Amino acid sequence: MIAAPRLRRLTVDERRSLRTALPFIAPWIVGFIAFTLYPIFYSLYLSFTRYSGFGDATPVGFENYTHMASDPLFWQALGNTFYYTALAVPVGVVVAIALAMMMNQNVREVAFYRAAFYLPSILPLFALTFIFIVLLNPGFGLVDYVLELVGLPAVNWLGDAHWTKISIVLLAQLGAGGPALIFLASLRAVPSELYEAAKLEGAGPIRSFYKITLPLITPVILFDIIYGTILGIQIFTPAFVLTGGTSGGGAYTTGPENSLLFYVFYLYKTAFQYSDMGFASAMAWVLFVISVVLAAGIMRWSKGWVHYESG
Amino acid sequence: MTVAREVAEPPALTVARRPAPAPRPEFRIPRTLMVRLGLIIASLLFMLPFYWMANSALKDIHELSSIPPTLYPHVPAFDNFVRAVTYIPFGTFLRNSVVLTAGVTIGSAISNPLIAYGFSRIKWPGRDFVFGIVMASIFLPFPVLIVALFDIFAKLQWVDTFLPIIVPAFFGNPFFIFLMRQFFLGLPMEISEQARIDGANEFQVFLFIILPLAKPAVAVVIIFAAVQAWGEFLTPLLFLQDETKYPLSIGLQFYRQSHDVAYNLLMAASTLIVLPIVALFIAFQRFFIEGVTAGSVKG
Repeated sequence: MIAAPRLRRLTVDERRSLRTALPFIAPWIVGFIAFTLYPIFYSLYLSFTRYSGFGDATPVGFENYTHMASDPLFWQALGNTFYYTALAVPVGVVVAIALAMMMNQNVREVAFYRAAFYLPSILPLFALTFIFIVLLNPGFGLVDYVLELVGLPAVNWLGDAHWTKISIVLLAQLGAGGPALIFLASLRAVPSELYEAAKLEGAGPIRSFYKITLPLITPVILFDIIYGTILGIQIFTPAFVLTGGTSGGGAYTTGPENSLLFYVFYLYKTAFQYSDMGFASAMAWVLFVISVVLAAGIMRWSKGWVHYESG
Repeated sequence: MTVAREVAEPPALTVARRPAPAPRPEFRIPRTLMVRLGLIIASLLFMLPFYWMANSALKDIHELSSIPPTLYPHVPAFDNFVRAVTYIPFGTFLRNSVVLTAGVTIGSAISNPLIAYGFSRIKWPGRDFVFGIVMASIFLPFPVLIVALFDIFAKLQWVDTFLPIIVPAFFGNPFFIFLMRQFFLGLPMEISEQARIDGANEFQVFLFIILPLAKPAVAVVIIFAAVQAWGEFLTPLLFLQDETKYPLSIGLQFYRQSHDVAYNLLMAASTLIVLPIVALFIAFQRFFIEGVTAGSVKG
């Protein structure tokens, strides 16, 4: 992805340009080292210690990692997170493309629809989660009322372990307007001659979608899949808000049958409820490795289906 | 078929009809109607949470818990808004949210144009490689850092102050750097050359020539930074402990402390939190749309 530059002696001009540029990018360099690079390596060190956040960290070797491997809650949190991500990412891509195609319709008031689809994506996630608590309430909630009206069984969205993650997948779709705008821009970049040519050859709208539109927006699909996956594995806020945060009097509840115990939620609990900073740091490093492996894996897999204009 | 139609329709009539192409609109209207219907249903779905929030905010607690739910407040309880802001220390939380948002926004507006300038208007060896690192950092999950950051900020005595939330904004954000850089790359290089020939140093070129031209892009950064900071949840949760320092995102949990959750008050407070963003969006819609799509236009 990033090609390392060839090292060689710099010319006088190049050195001067470096001196000119350095003050501009210095804030990023300082911030990157202080708030990203150093914390990553510091947590690597902490992951090999027992540390409560106070006093000294005691080296314990690989204890945190072996403990993690035998911790059923760790595996459940990992499983919950993968389950959520595997569901939320494909649904998110399909919804975003569908929204983009609707935003691209040639009707006079299209700007209104665009605004309606986009606006929810900039609203605070915690506020949307609160609204979902009311909408999905099994008693006075609107969603179950409508389901019953049309003859479908009511669902205990937030109380049944089978539905809690699906509820959050639905909630996440309110954010689809953001990626939809990026898809919209790429839809508009498709030359209209291509569609005209396809029409002349007798292709219908469905065929020209699969043969023309879809291949040309694959680079955006790839970005959306990678970014969605990275967001998916760090899902936290909706689960934290849905389960009531700290309202239980100190201990965090994690949903029916721990179904909302996501990876970051468990990491948060180990660090800030159990004060086990060593274990939490080990979890952080495992998450880091997972994110790199997933991103690299998706990039590799994409070579088979992403269409680049330059070939 | 073709033959039959030709026989059925006398040629003279076809000629007479030719100036007014009547059949075409007949075919178009139903298609547009179908499209509109789909668009209306989909946008109603996306607007439904807003409506339900406002609807629930205006019900008294009995009406809110009635089954089936009422589709509009039969007895609008406007005093819910008054009760919502007195039930919890809303004013304190609001002030904290405003301070945090202002701090993050100012930091973002200063740092990102500066950094992006260094990645776009000056050529230096290794620039694209370093910019690749900036972009790669977008894909680093922030929670990876939270344990170490908490410990670092605790040692700096920054925990329970606004510093851990505001200070990092002064060191740039990869999304905003990317956005500003895209804009800067679109400005002709000759403008800078001319100013340099006239004796301006690089910082003067940035501050007096390029930055004024980049106002729309800075506006996008400001708007997005403000919206993001206003809704920020994880960092205040991590770094703020004293209740008097909570912003609204964390403070709203207080509505749920008792066993009888005051959902109508929670919805009233949510409405108050969401409204500024809706107002900002209506006022600056163009900037939002441009901000999101800036990256997708190939540079």
